[in-house]
Amino acid sequence: MANDKVITADKLTKRFGDFVAVDRISFEVNKGEIFGFLGANGAGKTTAMRMLCGLSMPTSGEASVAGFDVYKENEKIKKNIGYMSQKFSLYDDLTVKENMRFYGGIYGMSNKFIKEKTAFILEYLHLQSEADKLVKSLPLGWKQKLAFSVAIFHEPGIVFLDEPTGGVDPVTRREFWNMIYNASDTGITIFVTTHYMDEAEYCNRVSIMVDGRIDALDTPAALKKTYEAASMDEVFLKLARKAKRSAD
Amino acid sequence: MSAVIVENIIKTYGAKKNVVTALNDISFEVKKGELFGIIGPDGAGKTSLFRILTTLLIADKGKAAVDGFDVVKDYKEIRKRVGYMPGKFSLYQDLSVEENLEFFATIFNTSIEQNYDLIKDIYRQIEPFKKRKAGKLSGGMKQKLALSCALIHRPSVLFLDEPTTGVDAVSRKEFWEMLKKLKEQGITILVSTPYMDEAGLCDEVALIQTGKILSINTPQGIIKDFKKPLWAVKSSDMLRLLNEMQALDDVEDIYPFGEYHHVLLKKEYGREQLVQWIRNYSHEDAVVQKVEPDIEDCFISLMKN
Repeated sequence: MANDKVITADKLTKRFGDFVAVDRISFEVNKGEIFGFLGANGAGKTTAMRMLCGLSMPTSGEASVAGFDVYKENEKIKKNIGYMSQKFSLYDDLTVKENMRFYGGIYGMSNKFIKEKTAFILEYLHLQSEADKLVKSLPLGWKQKLAFSVAIFHEPGIVFLDEPTGGVDPVTRREFWNMIYNASDTGITIFVTTHYMDEAEYCNRVSIMVDGRIDALDTPAALKKTYEAASMDEVFLKLARKAKRSAD
Repeated sequence: MSAVIVENIIKTYGAKKNVVTALNDISFEVKKGELFGIIGPDGAGKTSLFRILTTLLIADKGKAAVDGFDVVKDYKEIRKRVGYMPGKFSLYQDLSVEENLEFFATIFNTSIEQNYDLIKDIYRQIEPFKKRKAGKLSGGMKQKLALSCALIHRPSVLFLDEPTTGVDAVSRKEFWEMLKKLKEQGITILVSTPYMDEAGLCDEVALIQTGKILSINTPQGIIKDFKKPLWAVKSSDMLRLLNEMQALDDVEDIYPFGEYHHVLLKKEYGREQLVQWIRNYSHEDAVVQKVEPDIEDCFISLMKN
């Protein structure tokens, strides 16, 4: 495997009984890339993501993440990736600082590292005066930005973001993407799902899953050209409407 | 008569030091038969508002009426007349599809047969699974069942709290198609959503943010109120373009917008100046064009002012 490939999947498949949730998907993600992972509800995105994060054993096929095999080295994968979702990200009843201390500790970071990194993040997010406040008292937008910083606290090579901007206001949504750009600039690979089609445009490459398969994978510009569509929204509709499977 | 009247509603949570103002002096009216959108992000106060209007929560101050009845005094009347689909799936998971629907029909003293015509387009899609437990349905099917249950007593006003949150673009479009059909049956519909692009599908919308209404108008009216010229720019290096333009004093605002960045200029500048700036920064394949704002542009501009 070449070093600049952070994720490789080859005919990766997951079956639940007769149901093929993920059907022989093959793709590669490059280092530092912002990779958009799109699909309708029920297309198999979550199952695929769980396999890549080392949380679910594939039925067949091959995949490696951050250089580790999803079958044999799933524990190593967990240590070397970051993860954030809209539904679960931070502990509401811990303070901003305590959350960082907690995540840093879980990932085995040294006290010195945790201290320095915490100071850096607080400054970056202008959250110094909120450091000792409970996370639940923060507005949603701040929470999401903090959650992203915590997800990459241990400086993983790749971070998985599962609908990170759901329900966030349009200004904060853009600030969040700015953070994504900056992280990708430092070489962190971003693997992101979203229901906002304008955000698909911000990705370097986008894959679209339909009924467990990856039906399209290219840059947003190339996808629009191939599907003769004016926007990613149109590309998505053209592909997702072919789905035979009912939603999740 | 208006279907919904809201006057100076204030709702706070918590006490003393930790007071959170969920709704801060909100007023608006919804005409009968209208499809009215409450558009705003999480934490804007949408759910508190819906709970007050469906008599499940009492406001600190202000007045509200639904279908001519006061939300506090006449709560029993209102409960007979409104349908409410909460954001969180709230049907009985251990009852079947059919049992849930029958249950809701019975508590409103009606039957599925009596109002079948109203729900048939929606219910037919899940009828093949009517023996299945509600908890075992897919997300899309749960949504259709919840909507059927909210409609089974033929309400005059229907409240839908974020019915499309977390739903993919295709299912969202289908859901709005269903709402259009319901509107044709004369039902007043209030629907809340964090998706700005759904505003255009409403007759009238209220844009709401942290408990305050930013604007109430028809979608066209809101766009018309955006008086400044808006430009869309792109080049082969979008991040550099964004950062460079952001640093310019004469650029009032620039933000990513799908394939383009949208740019607002200080008043005396126009297209030529914009092209000149981009040329100075030697961008390849630069595109500059004037664009019509959409609701999201309006929301951003209202939020920042």
